[in-house]
Amino acid sequence: MTIKKTNKAAMIVLILGLSTIILPLYMTLVIAFKQPSEMTNSISGILSLPKAWSLNNFREAMEVTDFWRSLRNSLLITVSTVALSIAVHSLMGYALGRNKSHSKFYSFVYLFIVSGMFVPFAILMMPLAKQTAELGLANWFGVILLYVVFYMPMNVLLYSGYLVNIPMALEEAAKVDGASTWRTYWKIIFPIMKPMHATVAVLTALAVWNDVMTPLVIMAGSGQNTLPLAQLNFQSQFGTNYNLAFASYLLSLIPILIFYIVCQKQILNGVVNGAVK
Amino acid sequence: MKLGKNERKTTFLLITIPILALFICFNTIPLIRGVIYSFTNFKGFGKYDWVGFRNYIDLFSDLRVGKSYWFTFKLAIVTTVVVNVLSLLLALALNSSIKAKSFFRGAYFLPNILGALVVGYIFNYFFTYILPAVADMIGIDALRTSILSNPSAAWIGIMVVCAWQAIAMNTIIYISGLQTVPEDVYEAGGLDGATGWKQFKYLTFPLIIPFFSINMVLCVKNFLMVFDQIMALTKGGPAQSTESISYLIYNNGMSGGQFGFQSANAVVFFIVIVAVSVAQMKFSGKKEEQL
Repeated sequence: MTIKKTNKAAMIVLILGLSTIILPLYMTLVIAFKQPSEMTNSISGILSLPKAWSLNNFREAMEVTDFWRSLRNSLLITVSTVALSIAVHSLMGYALGRNKSHSKFYSFVYLFIVSGMFVPFAILMMPLAKQTAELGLANWFGVILLYVVFYMPMNVLLYSGYLVNIPMALEEAAKVDGASTWRTYWKIIFPIMKPMHATVAVLTALAVWNDVMTPLVIMAGSGQNTLPLAQLNFQSQFGTNYNLAFASYLLSLIPILIFYIVCQKQILNGVVNGAVK
Repeated sequence: MKLGKNERKTTFLLITIPILALFICFNTIPLIRGVIYSFTNFKGFGKYDWVGFRNYIDLFSDLRVGKSYWFTFKLAIVTTVVVNVLSLLLALALNSSIKAKSFFRGAYFLPNILGALVVGYIFNYFFTYILPAVADMIGIDALRTSILSNPSAAWIGIMVVCAWQAIAMNTIIYISGLQTVPEDVYEAGGLDGATGWKQFKYLTFPLIIPFFSINMVLCVKNFLMVFDQIMALTKGGPAQSTESISYLIYNNGMSGGQFGFQSANAVVFFIVIVAVSVAQMKFSGKKEEQL
């Protein structure tokens, strides 16, 4: 093996490219801390550091957008959807994955659900707005239920794909010991699928946390917001006070940034696993 | 033994039936209802009548709908090309021998985890205030006003924001593709004189075609359904020049009194998405076979 030299050209490209990522984030940070009086029309005025690092903009933005309530709603919806997805989709993936090769019924159900991936939200949105209103589900609970349905095709595909690698012998051994199928699933299969649970959790959490359209269409009349929905609904209230608006944007980005910094490795693995399979 | 087999069958049915029912209830039934509404003049409330295929006929002569298809496809195709070229370059750089590899990989993925709506708002400010100020300073007249208020250039702003986020995702997928290429392929190729561009064209790229297909499918599907960025950047304007299909269906269907008509639009959109996806999969399937 030869010792490799650092690829200098690649380093230069990467450092230059990085600036396109850092600049918008830097801009968000400094504008969020500034006072409207500090904002001039020149570049240096916009991008210079704030005179004082005061948290006043954030305090005001939290009040205007009812930050804590939106955060609570977003957390509630995301955590419930992820937990339900892992439980429900893995069960469905198991039932379909173990039977689709030898049963026409199960292979039909499998294709039926997986082809749901091609259904754009645009065609479901108007009927669903009506349907959830009729059923009294035009609220966060309805949104969770819909997410469990929307992400089912993708997650069932992932789970039943993963199941191929888990030998039947494991289940048969448990059966000899007298365990029921249900018990065997939770005691043996569910724990073995842990890597896939991580992938499903990451993909579902990112998609749900950042989704605007579903809460917009379903929860619009409920008086409740998720974090992104609050940005949309309070946009007009910020008016030309961009400092307040940016403080609010930054606040809404902080939870996911913390999540990313803490679980970066799992997130990158999850995203790659999900896409490649 | 027979009892055991029945127990297994019953358990599987008890798992499948309720979950399938849930899926039918909130995916299949609304889909069917959407198709039914598309044959009515429903406004979203009150009474409505059957109008047969009139919505579909009107759809093909409706300028605004035509414009939204043109805009959406233009955006999807251009953004897909831009995103894939740039991500492939970045992935090659990130996969070469560089310092602080994991830092760079982590940093380059960051845009993907941020919410598209808020990213859109941030870029909205950038296009409205920062870019014109820069243009003023260095004297580019064309950029002195916000590109988002220019009907013939606003789509470029949306393209940039879509690309900024999507590049992160595609790069990570290309990197995992590049990692599947064994080192000795390059060594053997090097002996035959395959270096630089030749190496990429004849060795690297053919080996990562499956990953290229994944990226193409992901990109086209996501960009055809673009919504959040439109909402944050232009709200379809100026002069309806950036109305994506999803945005038009949402805007006119939910609050514009065109529930029935936009349902027809949504049905056509659904068929288009299926057709594009199937075509892409057939095409990439063929390419992989050739190897």
